[in-house]
Amino acid sequence: MANPRRAEPGACVSPRQAIWLLAASAAVVAPLIVKLPAVIGVPSGILFVYAAWLWARGGRLPPPWLLAILVAVATAAIAIAYRSAFGREPGVAMLLAFLALKLLELRTRRDGFTVALLCYFLLLALLFDRQGPGVAAYAVAGVVLVTAAVLQIARDGQPARATIERALVMTAQAVPFMLVFFVLFPRVQGPLWGLPKDAFSAMSGLSDTMTPGSIGELSLSGALAFRVKFAGAPPAQRDLYWRGPVLTRFDGRTWRAARSTPHDRIPWEPAGKAVEYVVTLEPHNQRWLFALELPGLVPEAAVMTSEFQLLARTPVHQRALYPMRSWLEASAGAAEPEATLGEARRLPARSNPRSRMLASRWRATAADDSGVIAQALAHFRREPFVYTLTPPVLGKEAIDEFLFGTRRGFCEHYAGAFVFLMRAAGVPARVVTGYQGGEINPVDSYLVVRQSDAHAWAEVWLAGRGWTRIDPTAAVAPSRIERGIAAALPAGDPLPFLMRSELDWLRPLRFRWEAMGNAWDQWVIGYTAARQRELFGRLGMQDADWRAIGGAMGALLAVMLSAFGAWALHEHARQDAVAGAWSAFSRKMSRLGLARRPHEGPTDYARRIGAAAPRLAGPAAELAGLYAQLRYGRGAGPGGSREFVRRVRSFRLRP
Amino acid sequence: MTPTLALPAAPALARLRDFVDRWLFRLAGPEPAPIVLGQRRVFVLPTRAGLAFAATIVTLLIGSINYGLSLGYALTFLLAGLGVVSILHAFRNLVHLGIEYGRCDPVFCGGVARFPLVLSNRRAQARIALVLTPAVGEPAVVDVAGGASAVVALAVPARRRGWQRPGRIRIETTFPLGLVRAWSVIEPDMRCLVWPSPERNAPPIEAGQAPSDGTSAGAGGSDDFSGLRGHRPSDSPRHVAWKSAARGAALLTKLFAGGGGDTVWLDWDRLDAGLSAEARLSRLAAQVLRARDGGVRFGLRIPGVVLAPQSGAAHVEACLKALALHGESPAR
Repeated sequence: MANPRRAEPGACVSPRQAIWLLAASAAVVAPLIVKLPAVIGVPSGILFVYAAWLWARGGRLPPPWLLAILVAVATAAIAIAYRSAFGREPGVAMLLAFLALKLLELRTRRDGFTVALLCYFLLLALLFDRQGPGVAAYAVAGVVLVTAAVLQIARDGQPARATIERALVMTAQAVPFMLVFFVLFPRVQGPLWGLPKDAFSAMSGLSDTMTPGSIGELSLSGALAFRVKFAGAPPAQRDLYWRGPVLTRFDGRTWRAARSTPHDRIPWEPAGKAVEYVVTLEPHNQRWLFALELPGLVPEAAVMTSEFQLLARTPVHQRALYPMRSWLEASAGAAEPEATLGEARRLPARSNPRSRMLASRWRATAADDSGVIAQALAHFRREPFVYTLTPPVLGKEAIDEFLFGTRRGFCEHYAGAFVFLMRAAGVPARVVTGYQGGEINPVDSYLVVRQSDAHAWAEVWLAGRGWTRIDPTAAVAPSRIERGIAAALPAGDPLPFLMRSELDWLRPLRFRWEAMGNAWDQWVIGYTAARQRELFGRLGMQDADWRAIGGAMGALLAVMLSAFGAWALHEHARQDAVAGAWSAFSRKMSRLGLARRPHEGPTDYARRIGAAAPRLAGPAAELAGLYAQLRYGRGAGPGGSREFVRRVRSFRLRP
Repeated sequence: MTPTLALPAAPALARLRDFVDRWLFRLAGPEPAPIVLGQRRVFVLPTRAGLAFAATIVTLLIGSINYGLSLGYALTFLLAGLGVVSILHAFRNLVHLGIEYGRCDPVFCGGVARFPLVLSNRRAQARIALVLTPAVGEPAVVDVAGGASAVVALAVPARRRGWQRPGRIRIETTFPLGLVRAWSVIEPDMRCLVWPSPERNAPPIEAGQAPSDGTSAGAGGSDDFSGLRGHRPSDSPRHVAWKSAARGAALLTKLFAGGGGDTVWLDWDRLDAGLSAEARLSRLAAQVLRARDGGVRFGLRIPGVVLAPQSGAAHVEACLKALALHGESPAR
């Protein structure tokens, strides 16, 4: 006889259940707690360990007044540490603290369920910073574990293995629903309200200033900048100049962007062959969009500046996808206003005298601006300049020191010095930053551009031609432009791990891995409102409105629910066929006044039939035996129920 | 004015209730065994925990939209899928459960009537944490292993003598996740006999409680036991009813009919005139037990029922049953 037990939500949590909850919480919390500031993270960690210790040795939980004090202390500490109780990070810290405290007052099953809900919620916090496949897998494992803990709360004392299995099965069954919702649920372009300032933490990438060393730092980062899918064959490596911030102002050390005004149309004529491609830009929290020089169209929600730079209207906080067309041979700005040119000649007064002297000597000997440029490039080629990621530190007269002293530098040194020399010689010039090159992944033929491809080059204005790109780094280290940074740097210079040439054997593996990452980024992470529209378009629903999508989603869910419903009722159908046939047999017999009595078992029934109608004794006993075997016996074959149904159907009262 | 206005509504409400019971819950009085909980009579509604879970999902969705977290959407929808799946699991945990009735052992009024229900699971998977709650009484939790059956005895306080039914029993489960409750209501056609509660410290059976038809009880002979009376110091110790004395009752002396083969009659009409009907039944029940303990042949005579003197457990039960059902219509 079953042991009657209480099952209300108010029932107590057993130590076994508490251990399950603790394990689930630990799995969810561990990756989060290490990211918290120590002043919050360490006490939270101590609280978790304390809770685990109390439950493991069956100690008494702390009294409510102590918990009240702890809640107050935690709230105050978070408010002080973050200077605000609102926003993403304080919110996560608060939830963590509450979870730890809830584990200390785990009394009823309802408390246990609250812990589980907090855990489910904190899984989202895991996804704030990283959204790779690894994190996704971890989150799914977290869901399984928390679900297992919930199962333990629902019924104490189930074996661990069965619980995990059940949680796995349920999660697997939830996946089809997730997929339907994920693909069809109308995506809304966030944010719904103003995000707190800490929503987007700092990211590495180009900035709108350039000082010696600023790009060199980036070169150590193998992080992704953007990916490009070309419609046709990709252009040659040396033509891949991805235009970014244009820096016009110089204060003797730092190059800065000028205030620019947006163009309302593309200010140049197409020339040569167009290159069509789609850029998938990683979020960098800046407004600029990268495109090959010179971009021939302006993406949605973006503008073109007077320096021919593409700017999004709002900072790029999420991976952005934009189609682009570039004219590699076009030139622009032939009719640049004098004010712009004047700004592109301005230099701070009385700095770097030797460089100025060098420039004025070129000016005196050259026939025109092109002659000055040629002399400058020849100078870089002739003198013993070294292209390196580890240049010596430069002092106050940075350009002079670099040109005549150290002669070791990275692209920003060369671009900066070159533009300085041009301006000193009276040629309008400016620094352009961006990326150069990239790596084609043969697996999915995406061009991958990394932070280490960051580059700076120069742009000079020539009468009749307009702005013309000059890359002084190419004069010093042609291989940088031809074959990428790894080829250009001297051996021993630090490089991102996977770019080192001694790891070449790993490259096919790396390509495959990165192609998978790209597919993930494109179709899972990058599944935005725009992607959703594109997908519906491809499926033939061009102007799918929410009604059509909702209808499709509802229909699919209905199909799935019926499938699951059929599964839930599955065993019954077979059983019922047997019961139905048994009733049908009784109905047939009722014509002889021999309906089965409710209490009558099959054997008794057959005996009664046999006594009342001896000619039916044989078949009745046979049917009853078969029924008894199907119902109460073992080993009736899989066809047994069908056979029974068939025999009842062919049973006749009269031969 | 207002109280009278409320009156006409009450029958309408009762009728509505009745309609809901009949149509939705398929309840039309006690139903015979076996019951199989068909899908038509298994209902599913979210629990409070389920509502909290739904609120969590909505919050997650808002967070995912706000921070543009594609994986956040995925997590949200995975949990939503888990919610949907848990509905089906809860439903499946209950649907097609077979219920048959066990035998109810009679109890004395004031005790606990136990209604054994045999829950049979034809499915290969176990059904876990089924909660059976009678209208009055404690809920019971039971697991039924795959392909097996389990017996759960619902304990319902026995408050009135006569036939007691378990009333409506809610069978529910919130397993696996506690987010939804699948439930069904059954009204088993079971009954448990409730005997009148035996009077405490009832007076001993007087030897004079002999039948009035002339067969007089013997005058203290020692052949056949005929009854008990209060102990007097002059009585032989061999005639003391030690059995009942051992249970803490007052000392009684066994009386023996002297060769007449007479028996004791427990007679409704011979009890104190001041006793109410229920008190009489209580006293007679106590006397039946006492007679049984004393190993006496006894007969029972109450209005409408006369049970000839006999001994043995079956007779005792027949007598107690007659007492339990006194005044009830035989149809029940």
